[in-house]
Amino acid sequence: MGQRILRWVENFYLFFILLFLYIPMATLMVLSFNTSKARNQWGGFTLGWYLKMFDSRAISQALYNTLMIAFLSALIATVLGTLAAIGIDKMRRLPKNVYMGVSDIPMLNAEIVTGISLMLVFIAFGVSLGFHTVLISHITFNVPYVILSVAPKLKQTSQTTYEAAMDLGAPPIRAFFQVVLPDIMPGVLSGFLLAFTLSLDDFIITHFTKGAGVNTLSTLIYSEVRRGISPSMYALSTVIFVVVFVLLLASNFLPKKKEA
Amino acid sequence: MGKKLLAGPYLLWMVAFTVIPLALIVYYGFTGVGGGFTLANVAAIARPEHSKALVLSLALSMVSTVCCLVLAYPLAMVLRGRGIGKGSFIVFIFILPMWMNFLLRTMAWQTLLEKNGVINAFLGFFGLPKLQIMNTPAAIVLGMVYNFLPFMVLPIYNVLAKIDDDTINAAADLGANFFQTLLRVWFPLSLPGVISGITMVFVPSLTTFVISNLLGGSKILLIGNVIEQEFTKSGNWHMGSGLSMVLMVFIMASMLLLAKYDRGGEGTTF
Repeated sequence: MGQRILRWVENFYLFFILLFLYIPMATLMVLSFNTSKARNQWGGFTLGWYLKMFDSRAISQALYNTLMIAFLSALIATVLGTLAAIGIDKMRRLPKNVYMGVSDIPMLNAEIVTGISLMLVFIAFGVSLGFHTVLISHITFNVPYVILSVAPKLKQTSQTTYEAAMDLGAPPIRAFFQVVLPDIMPGVLSGFLLAFTLSLDDFIITHFTKGAGVNTLSTLIYSEVRRGISPSMYALSTVIFVVVFVLLLASNFLPKKKEA
Repeated sequence: MGKKLLAGPYLLWMVAFTVIPLALIVYYGFTGVGGGFTLANVAAIARPEHSKALVLSLALSMVSTVCCLVLAYPLAMVLRGRGIGKGSFIVFIFILPMWMNFLLRTMAWQTLLEKNGVINAFLGFFGLPKLQIMNTPAAIVLGMVYNFLPFMVLPIYNVLAKIDDDTINAAADLGANFFQTLLRVWFPLSLPGVISGITMVFVPSLTTFVISNLLGGSKILLIGNVIEQEFTKSGNWHMGSGLSMVLMVFIMASMLLLAKYDRGGEGTTF
């Protein structure tokens, strides 16, 4: 009896938290079908905003920038971070702690300070703000997350397999790609995915490092806050959300060929 | 030996894009508009409009951190009890919202919280009193809890998932009731996760300017808003850097405090 009540309370609690997390998303989805542009009025059902989504050059340009920056920054951060994680693994304790301490700064510091400090350094060294400065900034805050997800996997892999590969005549590069990399691949992939997601969702650091002409979806939305956001934005984010939802669902729940 | 060199490229990157930028903040913070050393930018935190913003930020971020902890801990326990997979489903639930833009998600709360918003329509339907929290500190706290809750749940869940069932059963066998087990077993073992959750929520809450902008109206200024305006509106980088340094002192102080507490916690596990 007590067990059943407990289970019921737990279910209710889970439901409450999920409602809290997902109700804003549901709101945006509903608004994407709203004829009225006002956020607090239902003007009838329309699919118009979905058709108009790519009419706006500003939106399609911002989408392109967002995806490019997310992809490139995640890719470069994954390479830098994986190499760094392997290097750190071989370091002595003190240099390792210093290295990790500095590396963690962008992750632990306030985003506003990271954004401002990067803006200052770009301006001080005469680098004009634009796509490339946003990309550099995103790489900077992504690398620590990659290291964080690769390092534990490295600790689990045994040094002997790498040495065995070399004893059997594999050059270090080949030994790395055929022996070490497959072992740490889950960490590398989750690091990449995390970096991609964080870059995609970032506003604050982009806000300070983007310069005038360039927009990502975040900064475009922020610039529209005062004059009212085009419901096409809701439509676009609904599409992105549904696509990601389906992809994640598929990768999580489809039967896996190879059990890791 | 050669492997250590692989850490080289990112070492250069860190110097260029983490160390030098922070050094620049310190440089700007300690110099005046005309050049020359000054403490005026740091001392400017004592101005009433600045100190008021800082105190409000500290208060709201503490409230939001406590709310997140109170919501997240039982949630993490329930999720652990259900033994849902290897954590992939948990991550799935909490990371998925990030794919819908942070600003849009936060703005959706405007629609929900407004005087004629969804929540009030719902309350009105049942004849309940209206909720009027839009453009108040309460709405800002709600926005913080909503945005940062996952950063509290995930680290706590991760440490809870590692606790062996035998440890819990042993406590029960030795006659501990639920609350004793919670206080003497669960909580001490999960402290590292709790500590990292607290920092992950406290720092972004303390320094946000976006959530206060979107849900607090334009009247409520947090320290993040003050700094942002120094850079984008007033164009006084020296003042902005000085105030940023004050902010960083608070961030570091909170981390040191927590790190010390963490070590103390490990010592009293038995």
